Amino acid sequence: MNKRPSKPDGGSLLRAIRMFFGYYPVLAPIAVVCILFAATVSSIPSLFIQKVIALIERWVESGDWASARAELTPYLILLGSLYLLSIAAMTAQTQLMAVMTQGFLDKLRRDLFNGMQNLPIRYFDTHKFGDIMSHYTNDIDTLRMLVSQTLPSFIQSGAVVLVVLGIMLYFSVWMTLVLLVGVAAMIFVAKKVGGGSARSYVQVQKTIAENEGYVQESMNGQKVIKVFCHEAQGIREFDEINERLYRHSFRANAYASTLGPIIANIGNVLYVTLALVGGVFLLTGVKNVSLSGAAFSISILIPFLNMTKQFTGNVNTLSQQINSIVMASAGAKRVFELMDQQPETDDGYVTLVNCRVDEDGTITETEEHTGHWAWRHPHGDGTLTYTLLRGDVRMVDVDFAYEEGKQVLYDVSVYAEPGQKVAFVGATGAGKTTITNLINRFYDIADGKIRYDGINVNKIRKGDLRRSLGLVLQDVNLFTGTVLDNIRYGKLDATDEECREAARLAGADDFISRLPQGYDTVLENNGANLSQGQRQLISIARAAVADPPVMILDEATSSIDTRTEAIVQRGMDKLMEGRTVFVIAHRLSTVMDADVIMVLDHGRIIERGSHDRLIAEKGTYYRLYTGAFELE
Amino acid sequence: MKNFRKLLPSVREFKRPAIITIILIVLEVFIEVVIPFLTADMVNAIKDGEPLQGVVKTGLFLVLLAVLSLSCGAGAGYTGSKASSGFARNLRHDVYCRVQEFSFENIDRFSTASLVTRMTTDIGNVRMAFMMIIRIAIRAPLMFIFAIVMAYIMGGALATTFVVLVPVLVAGLIAITRRAMPAFRAVFRKYDKLNESIEENVRAMRVVKGFAREDYEKEKFGTASKNICRDFTYAERLVALNSPLMQMCLYFNMIFVLLVGSKLIISNRGTTIDVGQLSAMLTYGFQILMSLMMISMIYVMLTISAESIKRLAEVLSEEPTLTNPADPVFEVADGSIDFVDVAFKYSKDAQNYALFDVDLHIPSGATVGILGGTGSSKTTLVQLIPRLYDVSEGSVKVGGRDVREYDLEALRNQVAVVLQKNELFSGTIRDNLRWGDPNATDEEMEAACKLAQADEFIRSFPDGYDTKIEQGGSNVSGGQKQRLCIARALLKKPKILILDDSTSAVDTHTDALIRAGFRSYIPETTKIIIAQRVASVQDADMILVMDNGHIVASGKHEELMASCEIYRETYLQQNKGGERDE
Repeated sequence: MNKRPSKPDGGSLLRAIRMFFGYYPVLAPIAVVCILFAATVSSIPSLFIQKVIALIERWVESGDWASARAELTPYLILLGSLYLLSIAAMTAQTQLMAVMTQGFLDKLRRDLFNGMQNLPIRYFDTHKFGDIMSHYTNDIDTLRMLVSQTLPSFIQSGAVVLVVLGIMLYFSVWMTLVLLVGVAAMIFVAKKVGGGSARSYVQVQKTIAENEGYVQESMNGQKVIKVFCHEAQGIREFDEINERLYRHSFRANAYASTLGPIIANIGNVLYVTLALVGGVFLLTGVKNVSLSGAAFSISILIPFLNMTKQFTGNVNTLSQQINSIVMASAGAKRVFELMDQQPETDDGYVTLVNCRVDEDGTITETEEHTGHWAWRHPHGDGTLTYTLLRGDVRMVDVDFAYEEGKQVLYDVSVYAEPGQKVAFVGATGAGKTTITNLINRFYDIADGKIRYDGINVNKIRKGDLRRSLGLVLQDVNLFTGTVLDNIRYGKLDATDEECREAARLAGADDFISRLPQGYDTVLENNGANLSQGQRQLISIARAAVADPPVMILDEATSSIDTRTEAIVQRGMDKLMEGRTVFVIAHRLSTVMDADVIMVLDHGRIIERGSHDRLIAEKGTYYRLYTGAFELE
Repeated sequence: MKNFRKLLPSVREFKRPAIITIILIVLEVFIEVVIPFLTADMVNAIKDGEPLQGVVKTGLFLVLLAVLSLSCGAGAGYTGSKASSGFARNLRHDVYCRVQEFSFENIDRFSTASLVTRMTTDIGNVRMAFMMIIRIAIRAPLMFIFAIVMAYIMGGALATTFVVLVPVLVAGLIAITRRAMPAFRAVFRKYDKLNESIEENVRAMRVVKGFAREDYEKEKFGTASKNICRDFTYAERLVALNSPLMQMCLYFNMIFVLLVGSKLIISNRGTTIDVGQLSAMLTYGFQILMSLMMISMIYVMLTISAESIKRLAEVLSEEPTLTNPADPVFEVADGSIDFVDVAFKYSKDAQNYALFDVDLHIPSGATVGILGGTGSSKTTLVQLIPRLYDVSEGSVKVGGRDVREYDLEALRNQVAVVLQKNELFSGTIRDNLRWGDPNATDEEMEAACKLAQADEFIRSFPDGYDTKIEQGGSNVSGGQKQRLCIARALLKKPKILILDDSTSAVDTHTDALIRAGFRSYIPETTKIIIAQRVASVQDADMILVMDNGHIVASGKHEELMASCEIYRETYLQQNKGGERDE
């Protein structure tokens, strides 16, 4: 199970960075070079300022601007050209980063999504919906931050810090030491306050979740609150949580927002301190130690002061990145957890093909759609056999457990001949849905055999197996798009007329025609603007257009009124005609005409037979039927 | 802006820290701008070789100023956090309380999800915006003005650089933001849609796999994702122009100051300005351009939060449609109910009446059943009794008085409704039952649960009445939940009890036991039962058959079997299985 939040780890971070460079093996290094160049150029003006001030020093007494200009101009032209180059590099780099960040995110999203499509149903059953979604939102967002902001500013600030440090040493070692002491103090404060901030932030997250949970519940039950006049007590409870949230959020924010000004102002203090120290050096004539060997002078002090700001500013930026690096590595880890999931295995080699059946019964594979289908079965000895798709499903002595040691099905045997209707009845958790999960191989059985038209389902390619099985689930899921699109989901190359025909068969045509845009009405939000019954009808039409020989129907549990239920029932009945059908029944009225009713209890079939026979037996089914038991 | 003003009353006791924050920020900015000015003087003093003592004095004063600025900044961070967190707290409280005042009509206008977003994400955004306003939105323009003024005072002609730079930067920022903002807004909407489509895909994974549509989904998603990537890239590339633009201005300033500055210093022999000022001009340039950058950033952030502000203002300015009468009646005489020429529509602009031509007298203590298809307005009818909605025409009377004369709480305490979409709340079973009566004794709770046929299954739980109910009541079955909700309503000991399809998941046998209990234990209470199953209402004193917003027939079972087509059909359809069995 995927538990959030994951601990950050360096491996995932490196992997994410490698992945980024892997996507852009040429552009990414170019961007890095541009960043380094721009960073270096932004650190060197101090050298020029020093020259200019030295020059001013020399000419200020004479006031001879013309001669001074002659000397000054080459410097400024050189600086100007460097600036132009640097702006070009910066433009290139920021444009490249914009393109690469979005491209990287796009590829990442698609990799995640495509990988996810190949995961087994088990993954979705064992992971929380919110957690899966948060890979796409929060986790990817931390990687966006990493690529678009953290990495570039890390490289840039790092470069500036190094270059500036070099220049400072070039000017004066003593002054540099004074600055470094100040910066150490700055980092110390940042760590202290930052640590407190991180701790309170965890508490804030917890209280936010608590607050959201409470709001969610009470907004959901708002009408119940009104009916019970429970408003005042609700406000009291809410205020309690709200007060806690305030205290925690105040503290966490106070840490975070005092840190910024403190760091920035330590920069100011350092600036002034250095000016003072420099002044003292200058006036007392302390012997300078520097890489340049130059004596200490005003022309060194002034650029040095400017560098102080630059240096502290960039150290500050670097320290700010640490938080987002930690977040990004945790996010990267979670993204890779999803990417590294084992995809659904599919060793099937039997495929479903169009075919022609000759009068003598021989089956020939065809390219074009004939309305007949056959299983194309290659054998070990190189021969090929074709078996006509009929819809004969047999389960023999099947055992199954979702988790090791927790068996949910015991010795289940079900025989369904083409055109037969098999109904499963039993309490929640008895194993009805599990059986259907096994037929279409959402899960694989532990023991026993399932054969489809005499072929072991393990040998059939999963996509082909599932295409031969229609599915109507109790929780209807519709997709954003038109009604027509939703019906066509069952058969992507279906013509409009075929879709309409399917809707007519399902009994959905009537209400669809009355929608504002008929079949072109756009459904959103899982068809929120339709009633439960109408959504059910569309899902029946969707299964109908696929026209499979075998259907799995899971009835809706939610209460729909008697009249709509009758329409849905008629749709289901139409859909069942001439097919092998497995029905998971929640209402007994719908199973009475089944060829076989299986009564399940705790994973075992305890009764089987037709309605009349089971009633006569006066067993569990009888008691359910007479209403002495609750089905759900 | 107008919307923002609607939220401001929620600042309340945090006005003080907010104002202190602003004062501290003003001070901080002022000091920050003065520091380079004084430093310039000090640098000149050093250069001119003035006595050490004077230099050290100025220096120490400067250090003091810097420490002061640090304290102001940190203090502003502290009070700003207090003010913004406090504002958020009050806002949450106000929004929550406002929702509590909502009538059903108000509630219908907002979806649950949207209310939750408003109370969480939106308030979070507003908190951020508020913090930005009292800190950065004050700081940046102030810094801009102060720095420009100081630059002129100090640099004179040198400050002309800003005459060029400021308009260039402003124009550039405006041009970029103008084009980028709409692009971002559009792509954010698309991005939300993309995430919704992922949600859809995850939820529908059984359908995707069941129809073997993995490749189709990949293609669909790939196209949408690439499309968004293209739009995002466009918007990001626009915004990415900000930093080279800013850098260009800084560089221009640098060269200008160095060139013109040296000329001024040399040709005037350091009398008007000197190297100290030259260096300070570079600092001012940075401050001025940076503050412009901040202003544009704030503008963007505030526009983003404008949507949140608007949505919160919507809730706060939503007026409750139902209010207590001025001189309310607190005593409900008995459980009789009268509908006099009642017509109702859900909104004034609605074309059709949801309910019309309803005239009805229900004597106190009677049992009334209501049948009808979806959309026949059964629920609408009963919701008028506890005044969850007000009638559009006519009047509804309880105990002989118009429901609009009663105190709302008094009325609703006497008219208990078990809603169709019912909810249990996280907490123990006991906690949930106490909703009906906060002072209920254990015996009273047990009695109510026995009557609702819930006592037996509650006792079968290891923790009995102390069993924890998970959020949304997900750890009890549908039938159990319904029975708990009935018990909760019974604890109110109401004069009128309304069950709106509240036993749909309960088996017929238990359903019958509950109704039998009602007959023998609460005969005085008027009982109204809405049901899908004829069996649930068959033995009522009066059965109402509803269709399309009005009562098409009423009477006892036998009468309706004889006279009402809809009733007979429904009955026969539901009982055909039984007959086949006989």
